[in-house]
Amino acid sequence: MLCQKCKKHAATVHLTEIINNEKQEKHLCEQCAAMDGITGSIGHVPIKGHVQQIMAKFVMSQPEVKETSQLTCDECGMTFLQFRNGGLLGCPNDYEAFKTPLAGLLEKAHEGRTQHVGKIPGGRENKHKRQHAMMRLTRELQDAVDLEDYERAANLRDQIKGLERQ
Amino acid sequence: MNNVTELVSGRGEWLKTRETDDGIVISSRIRLARNLCGFPFLNRCSESERSEIQSLVMTALNGSELAKDYFYVELENLGPLEKELLVERHLISRQHANTEGPRGVALLADETVSIMVNEEDHLRMQVLGGGFQLDKIWQRLNCLDDQLENRLEFAYHEQFGYLTACPTNVGTGIRVSVMMHLPALKITGEIERVFRAARDMRLAVRGLYGEGTEATGDFYQISNQCTLGKTEEEIVEDFRSTVVPRISDYELRARELLRREKPALVEDKVWRAIGMLKYARTINTQETLTLLSYIRLGLNMGLINDVDIETINDLFLSSQPAHLQIISAKRMDSDLRSKLRAEFIRRRLCDHQNN
Repeated sequence: MLCQKCKKHAATVHLTEIINNEKQEKHLCEQCAAMDGITGSIGHVPIKGHVQQIMAKFVMSQPEVKETSQLTCDECGMTFLQFRNGGLLGCPNDYEAFKTPLAGLLEKAHEGRTQHVGKIPGGRENKHKRQHAMMRLTRELQDAVDLEDYERAANLRDQIKGLERQ
Repeated sequence: MNNVTELVSGRGEWLKTRETDDGIVISSRIRLARNLCGFPFLNRCSESERSEIQSLVMTALNGSELAKDYFYVELENLGPLEKELLVERHLISRQHANTEGPRGVALLADETVSIMVNEEDHLRMQVLGGGFQLDKIWQRLNCLDDQLENRLEFAYHEQFGYLTACPTNVGTGIRVSVMMHLPALKITGEIERVFRAARDMRLAVRGLYGEGTEATGDFYQISNQCTLGKTEEEIVEDFRSTVVPRISDYELRARELLRREKPALVEDKVWRAIGMLKYARTINTQETLTLLSYIRLGLNMGLINDVDIETINDLFLSSQPAHLQIISAKRMDSDLRSKLRAEFIRRRLCDHQNN
């Protein structure tokens, strides 16, 4: 097969791109592919970057992936895509918010294990439920303070104190 | 001198050799990652939330067994040299030194405990000890964790355990790490065996200063990667009964092989190293560590006895850039440091001989 672009050299780079559900195939020779920024001209442009870009573009165009990347934690506002790009989660609730897409990642990182069997915080029951309430209340408190709604802030502060005493 | 610069005059507890040691395991370290409830993880924390976390942790520490002995260092108040000193002494990570915002570290003067606040997680507490003593270290750390947990509320999930900013640490949040000195494996070209064994056992191998650093001075940090689905004790026990004995055994065999088949080669390396360090007029950190490593090997193999191991262990630290500059109380460019380093080492090695 000859290169679609220069029609001189043999096409050695084959690329299938899906943009808005439309499949597009490209067959290019080494030089034309490098000129289009698909592969790097070795020694100058890092190939890895391009491949990653193409991969990201490809992955993102899949409807189910798009949905996953837009998953958002309603406590800290982080999206799954932001996590994928940065590698760090935004708050404890992300483990719930991103439970499904995180499952595979956790399995890979921890030899297929997904259930904690180690130390359990002593003494206090229902702790995990309370911690979510705490998170929510603290954020609301911050908002109330930002909006100078001191009556609400005082109320929220009392609720937090109440939770702390439990 | 402040609390931080005073550290240079002490020799961290973990650098002291123990009579039972074969010299292969330099130090043992366990850390736990914890986050406070009611706060986002650090990348989403505001300045004021970070400050609040700092003061909550300090209040909790004041009610713990460490209350009388710890001192807290706010990294924003430290100069670059002092931060570098803490990195060189393994009391904080390079990442902790280089980021910004309210953050700090609680330390004991004997350097056995370091609690980083606002690093990647709200809390990264570690207990360090010289030689191979993981059980003792785990007991101490576990107890410290209990005491802080009585006063702080850690983010915890029934399925996922202790919640961490990076999912690779979730569950126990534990990292067990041993620093091993493996010069003979390097000389015999078998160090690859360690990497292979580590891969099989799902362990990470890093250099002297953790992630992304080279194995300078033939020091390797071996640590667990899996933190979920095993108990803390299981992870520690893996190291105690399998990982460390196996890698130590490789190194011991390599030393035997050198002794049997290439005694002249290894003796030559050791004596040349002594010669270089005693007579060099300028020397960089990398070369210093390489040479110190040979001398340490010579001592542990019983090939030499006219240098004491404490001096050598000490030089691994005090010949590093921030240490040198703080000891001599001035900032220097790298050329000047190399000159001063050569002088400093020469004096230490010759001093010892005159005693």
